[in-house]
Amino acid sequence: MENLLQQLLNGITWGSIYALVALGYTMVYGVLKLINFAHGEVYMVGAMTGYYAAHALGLTQAPSLGALVLVLLISMAACALLGALIERVAYRPLRAAGRLAPLITAIGVSLLLQNAGQLVFGADPKFFPALLRSEEVIRAGGVAVSNIQLTVLVTALVLMAGLQYVVRRTRFGRAMRAVSYDAPAAALMGVPVDRVILGTFVLGSMLAAAAGILVGLSNPKIDPLMGLMPGLKAFVAAVLGGIGSVPGAMVGGLLLGVIETFVTAYLSSTYRDAIAFVILVVILLLRPTGLFGAPQTEKV
Amino acid sequence: MRARSLLWLGVAIAFLVFLDVAAPRLLNPYYVTILSRIGIAVIAAVSLQLVNGFTGQFSIGHAGFMAIGAYASAALSVFAGAAVLAAAAQVVPLPVARLAYFPVALVFGGLVAAVAGIVVAVPALRLRGDYLAIATLGAGEIIRIAILNIDAVGGARGFSLASPEYPSIDLRYESLAGVFGVALIAIAAISRLVYAGGGLAFRAVREDETAAESIGIATTRVKVEAFLIASFFAGVAGALFAHSEGYIHTNTFGFVRSFELVAFVVLGGLGSLSGAILAAATLTALPEVLRGLGEWRMVLYSLLLIATMLLRPQGLLGQRELWPISRLKGGGG
Repeated sequence: MENLLQQLLNGITWGSIYALVALGYTMVYGVLKLINFAHGEVYMVGAMTGYYAAHALGLTQAPSLGALVLVLLISMAACALLGALIERVAYRPLRAAGRLAPLITAIGVSLLLQNAGQLVFGADPKFFPALLRSEEVIRAGGVAVSNIQLTVLVTALVLMAGLQYVVRRTRFGRAMRAVSYDAPAAALMGVPVDRVILGTFVLGSMLAAAAGILVGLSNPKIDPLMGLMPGLKAFVAAVLGGIGSVPGAMVGGLLLGVIETFVTAYLSSTYRDAIAFVILVVILLLRPTGLFGAPQTEKV
Repeated sequence: MRARSLLWLGVAIAFLVFLDVAAPRLLNPYYVTILSRIGIAVIAAVSLQLVNGFTGQFSIGHAGFMAIGAYASAALSVFAGAAVLAAAAQVVPLPVARLAYFPVALVFGGLVAAVAGIVVAVPALRLRGDYLAIATLGAGEIIRIAILNIDAVGGARGFSLASPEYPSIDLRYESLAGVFGVALIAIAAISRLVYAGGGLAFRAVREDETAAESIGIATTRVKVEAFLIASFFAGVAGALFAHSEGYIHTNTFGFVRSFELVAFVVLGGLGSLSGAILAAATLTALPEVLRGLGEWRMVLYSLLLIATMLLRPQGLLGQRELWPISRLKGGGG
């Protein structure tokens, strides 16, 4: 039982990282109907930026919460720029070209970042600096919570609450929801669609950067191909929750993290990667629009 | 018309014999391997074009069917083929036995992949658009991870085409005539399928599924048919790959490979067989051509992919063909 609770906690921690990445997929899909396959690589760049920023600022020797926040902000800013650049160069010129051409440039950007990453960062894994000294902060009923887990959870929660505020309570959020609901109509109402799409990429990329830092904190081995599998699985999480739905991505990410952790702990670690895709296929067949998506009807 | 078909058949056979006899003598083995990979990419690309380009269904898990074909045929060769060849070698010369056995292995790989294609297609084709694409992506990954967990075919170690009981029997079969022969068959079969009168059904489903259904096209049957044929040829391509390389690993057939195949058909032009052939050949040769650039080559490769897509959003050939076949019966040109 204690073990079960411990695994649940580990799963939620891991799942909150998936959720942060999944949010980027789902928001971009919402406004652009594009599966942004380069998103996993933005998460990789986030982790790498954090690594270099910590070294450049000499923060590796002095673990503290302040150091972590600083690195987090630098990495989020860098990825916000990267996300905006990707949107501007690879997707905006293809706005009128249908939906498949940007899918291929997304694959191209993903390949580019992986290979440029191997060139710039080196292909060997790096070890993310310990920005926090790992210690146990809470022990209740046999469940141990480390300060790193707590930091990951709190950071993810704060970011998601912030996102929820932006989407629900600000002018930009309203514009984003309008574009996602019906882009041509939003444009007719004077919503600057291109700027909203750019802003969506910036938001999504910042969350991916944060996920990269959090993963570096809890699982320090980082390399230029680290975005590939987690990126794809975060996408599965977004579909699980209902692609295009912001709360769906959060719930989908958490669910996927918990399920994966349980499969690894109680069944077999070799099937860990398969379970995400099995869930994907099952959810698509039973409820294609996901847990939180509205069913689609086809107009004739 | 008949005489002309025979003439073309003769030309094709002469070309293949020339390839098989001349190429290994004129070119060094490195170029022969690249040519063979180009042929395999072309087979996979034209088969995917049938589903994605002509039927308008978006599959991004095609490498999974290549994996099934590769592993099924390799398993047949290792567990049964070697014994059969050893027995046959008592009666006929070994090269003759190998020549007779090789097509069997290819067709076997194709058939197993086709069965998998049906198993995936029947439930998945209820989905439309992006949801179908996502489901095929998931199916491709499930196939790959499932194979990774079968210890008999090597699991994470990969699978070598060598039988422990019959070490003297060489199960590898690198033949440009085989690769390009299958490529020609795939191209001929699929172009006849989509550009003959009945082929309009595929394009009707692509343009408007509801309208197609309302004029009496059995849309589900058309889609399953496209999937079945595409996965058959993908399986044969995988089988060719397995036998020419002599060693396969599930990593070769991951979603990255599937994405590459999608890039072939979109870059070539959705709904253009010659476009898919052109793109598959170019994108397969490109990393080799760029080899002199060292570690910069994949960076340049991805930049070229992005740039081409930005300059030609409709793909290299759009929906046109380089040869006039599309004009036979109200084609899409």
